[in-house]
Amino acid sequence: MSRQNNVILERLGRPHRSKPDMPFHALFIGLTGFFILLIVGLLVANASFTSIEDIRTALADEAIFASVRLSLVTCTITAFLSLLFAIPAGYVLARYRFPGRSIVDAIVDIPIVLPPLVVGISLLILFNQTGPGRAIEDWFVSFVAWCNSTVPWLMDLLGLSRIQGITYDVPAVILGQFMVASAFAVRTMRVTFDQIDPRREQVALTLGCSRGQAVRRVVLPEARRGMVAAATLAWSRAIGEFGPILVFAGATRMKTEVLPTTIFLELSVGNIEAAVAVSLVMVAVALAILILARSLGLWTGRDHELQ
Amino acid sequence: MIELDAISIRAGTFRLDGVSLQVSKGGYTALMGRTGSGKTTLLEAICGLRGVESGSIRIAGQDVTHARPSQRGIGYVPQDLALFPTMTVARQLALPLSIRRLDRQFITQRVDSIASLLGIGHLLNRRPAGLSGGELQRVALGRALSFAPPVLCLDEPLSALDDETREEICRVIKRVQEEVEVTVLHVTHSLKDAQMLADVTLTIRDGTVVPLQETTA
Repeated sequence: MSRQNNVILERLGRPHRSKPDMPFHALFIGLTGFFILLIVGLLVANASFTSIEDIRTALADEAIFASVRLSLVTCTITAFLSLLFAIPAGYVLARYRFPGRSIVDAIVDIPIVLPPLVVGISLLILFNQTGPGRAIEDWFVSFVAWCNSTVPWLMDLLGLSRIQGITYDVPAVILGQFMVASAFAVRTMRVTFDQIDPRREQVALTLGCSRGQAVRRVVLPEARRGMVAAATLAWSRAIGEFGPILVFAGATRMKTEVLPTTIFLELSVGNIEAAVAVSLVMVAVALAILILARSLGLWTGRDHELQ
Repeated sequence: MIELDAISIRAGTFRLDGVSLQVSKGGYTALMGRTGSGKTTLLEAICGLRGVESGSIRIAGQDVTHARPSQRGIGYVPQDLALFPTMTVARQLALPLSIRRLDRQFITQRVDSIASLLGIGHLLNRRPAGLSGGELQRVALGRALSFAPPVLCLDEPLSALDDETREEICRVIKRVQEEVEVTVLHVTHSLKDAQMLADVTLTIRDGTVVPLQETTA
């Protein structure tokens, strides 16, 4: 036994030569650097292909300016709607236990994995070829008429006063963006609620809160950062959405044209300078919103970070 | 004050069957038992956070077996305290009062009086992050007591404290319990805590609640 111990001690007593850390650092930093370079390279390539004058000319074009405005309005509405549905859906998936929960969980992810054109075709069939879809469209048209008579200034301001239906109109742009963006928002909110200790909610119940009050007063303030992240993600997804919009809303200038549609239309007529200029405008707008949302997220999440 | 009559609870594969328990008004009862014996499950059932399959729970003579947690009038301090990280101490203490739509002046007075009772008046504008273990305990106690519940349920609130802070908080709990005359059911692993605080010490053994001496005898 002691001989066996001596053998073990002799082998373990030898100086251990650990491998150097440098290759690990070099590999990880190298791959990260390559990834960053690729992204920066894309932006630099775009920038070198165009000039400030091209961007000015592009923005002076009435159709392109309308597309910028429509993109900003529809993406903001989409982000708001996505958050509106993502908060309850994320909460239900994180907190409730019910038969078929894993199926519901999978259904929520379907828009993420579906090819964008399929989302567009499915929306087109739903609203054009089915009774319930047509009924929703009829109700929506009367709702828009009511909004036009009640808050005409707001509808004019948002450029929504000339809406005549859902399909091949602005609501189709929003729905096309919403179908994909909301799935990302739901996923983000589900993870957010998963990370919030349900015990705090339970304590709030014993203090006299109803379930709704506990969520509003205790859970949602804790979920602020996740809500900002979900809205930002939805907005970012929405601004780049093209496939469903092309199929479901069409590519009508001054009506359903959003920034990706503009790039497609300019490319299709060989106006590459304008397409690249609009691409850069899109990048600038998206970056500005991301930076704004991230700084807002950091600010609202400061208390939580301290914890 | 607290009467459990043959209640049965299921929590996953764990079961408690036919548990009965009585805690007299104004009394301080410690509930001991091995890890996994069902102490926390029982406390959650009393607070309304876990459903019971059969039996009845009465608080101050009223049957609350199927009442919502908000309607039971029980102050609850869980093991991890579960303080709200986004709220200041003042807002944590005020939450049960603002939910009851009491006027602002009353809420301010009540928060000040509870904070002074627990010695946390200087912490009212602070958030839980950065407070010491003892301060967090006091805040959690203050939050549970601010709406003057007739019953206070404590789930091993002292388990994460060092000996000195533990004794200090024990003294605070005892003093507060005597001043506000609340009925306390305190789940603990520590016989020392039980001896220091409780008038009656019970233990859960094989799903039955019995006085401690019956098990030690």
